[in-house]
Amino acid sequence: MGLVLVPLLAWELLARVGPWPRWLFPDPLAVVRSIAVMAADGRLGAAVLRSLSRLVQGFAISALLGVPLGILMGRSALALRTLRPAVLGLQALPSICWLPLALLWFGLSETAILFVVVMGSMLAIAIATEDGVAAVDPLLLRAAGTLGIRGLRFHAGVLLPAAFPGVLTGLKLGWSFAWRALMSGELLFVAGGLGQLLTQGREVLDAAQVMGVMVCIIAVGLLVDQGLFRFLELRVRRRWGLVEEPA
Amino acid sequence: MLQALRSFLSRRRRPGIDMLVPRRAPPGPPKIDVSRVGHGFGVGPKRVVALKDVDISVHHGEFVCLLGPSGCGKSTLLYALAGHLEPTGGSISIDGVQVRGPGPDRLLLFQDPALFPWLTVRQNLIFALRARGLSRSAAEARARAYVSLVGLDAFLDALPHQLSGGMRMRVQLARALAMDPAVLLMDEPFAALDAHTRSQMHLLLQRIWIRDRKTVVFVTHDVREALTLGDRVVVMAARPGRVLHDLEVRLPRPRDPDDEALVLMSRRIRAELAGADAAGAERRREEEATHARTSAPGGAGAGPPAGLGAPG
Repeated sequence: MGLVLVPLLAWELLARVGPWPRWLFPDPLAVVRSIAVMAADGRLGAAVLRSLSRLVQGFAISALLGVPLGILMGRSALALRTLRPAVLGLQALPSICWLPLALLWFGLSETAILFVVVMGSMLAIAIATEDGVAAVDPLLLRAAGTLGIRGLRFHAGVLLPAAFPGVLTGLKLGWSFAWRALMSGELLFVAGGLGQLLTQGREVLDAAQVMGVMVCIIAVGLLVDQGLFRFLELRVRRRWGLVEEPA
Repeated sequence: MLQALRSFLSRRRRPGIDMLVPRRAPPGPPKIDVSRVGHGFGVGPKRVVALKDVDISVHHGEFVCLLGPSGCGKSTLLYALAGHLEPTGGSISIDGVQVRGPGPDRLLLFQDPALFPWLTVRQNLIFALRARGLSRSAAEARARAYVSLVGLDAFLDALPHQLSGGMRMRVQLARALAMDPAVLLMDEPFAALDAHTRSQMHLLLQRIWIRDRKTVVFVTHDVREALTLGDRVVVMAARPGRVLHDLEVRLPRPRDPDDEALVLMSRRIRAELAGADAAGAERRREEEATHARTSAPGGAGAGPPAGLGAPG
């Protein structure tokens, strides 16, 4: 635990003895003070809420499109051959590159920024879901066949749960891609949220605010990733019998 | 074939001989009719004949064991019965209806207990029963009854990975029986269990079979297992996969695999299988020689090449 303090001390030291002016390289306490000020006047809370609501919307759309797309690719050889090159190709494109097109199509609107978020995470979710479906034990599929489980009951009750550990990995990955895409979008296209607060800090030459917002962005990312997703993953792995039960 | 059978049966007059006799079909139409079924894997010179001209008929309520070495096509035949595989020749019908794909009248039990790992024992049964159209309360009651039948009441809410291999197999059996299929198809279901658990499963299966008298086709390579469980033992040989003998087992149930008569019978069948194996190898050598002489284009090479094992 004490080791966490070492980088903090190094930061403090750099701020004190470094050759750069203090206002450009604030010490940790100044950053904490700046966070407290932003929290107190409500700017921080509003920005976090704005960003998170966009993220949840974009992520929900990504999951609702990406998971079925992945299942389709995992179950149909034709769909896999047709779609996989396109999906892999588009996945190689940094999602912020969609912003100019999104602005042309949707104007300066919420839709444009949601579009960038969806394009950033949907394909990652689809690819991981396809992997998860391909890794399903064929014995389970055969068992479902002999038990006469077909149609929606098969897809929702057998295929999806059987592939779920893989799907969850995809959702986790998709979430972090969505978070990145959203931050780039909010930086370039100013309409509230943490990204805009970051830009504001630069405009008023307040490095402490910039750093403070960065810390908040890291905190939100870690909280969701390590808190929510790790918790879910552990529960699923335990339920599915993929880890040893703690005695 | 008939000649061989007669000599096989008249060779020894010993106790046990009247308890293992050639099968005589009962009157009436069979439940399952396998007629001149053949199946091959691969094409050209690498083609392996897994089944050749197999005729088997199974009547309602019979417990038939398909017995043979690996490569005799017994599992292939079972999967064809289940509808998971379409034979390349011949026809299979159940109650006079041609088999096309899996159906609710047949249920296949696997060597690995194919339970849904994210569902508890109870939920595994309920999920399958609901798919068959039962109401929630009916499925719940039926699940309880069948889990209790296999003696796992205390584990209703356990997850599959919390159970031992034998217990999981019992859950698979309970799930299959709860579905109440007309025909139960079992693919070496106890092969992966330890000896003690296996004999427990034999007793359980016999107890349930005496109660329900379901039509069962049970695949095994274990001679004593076949004799312990089956009313009939269909002895098969490999390369090409074919039926050697179709025998009726007349021993009282429940049977003890260490019973003297049963051990004697199993010794005879084992000897018979070894003989068929040796004869097969001899015949393949001859065929190869003939084949080598007539291997000009168009020369008939009907038999599969030696040294290629058909997938079991």
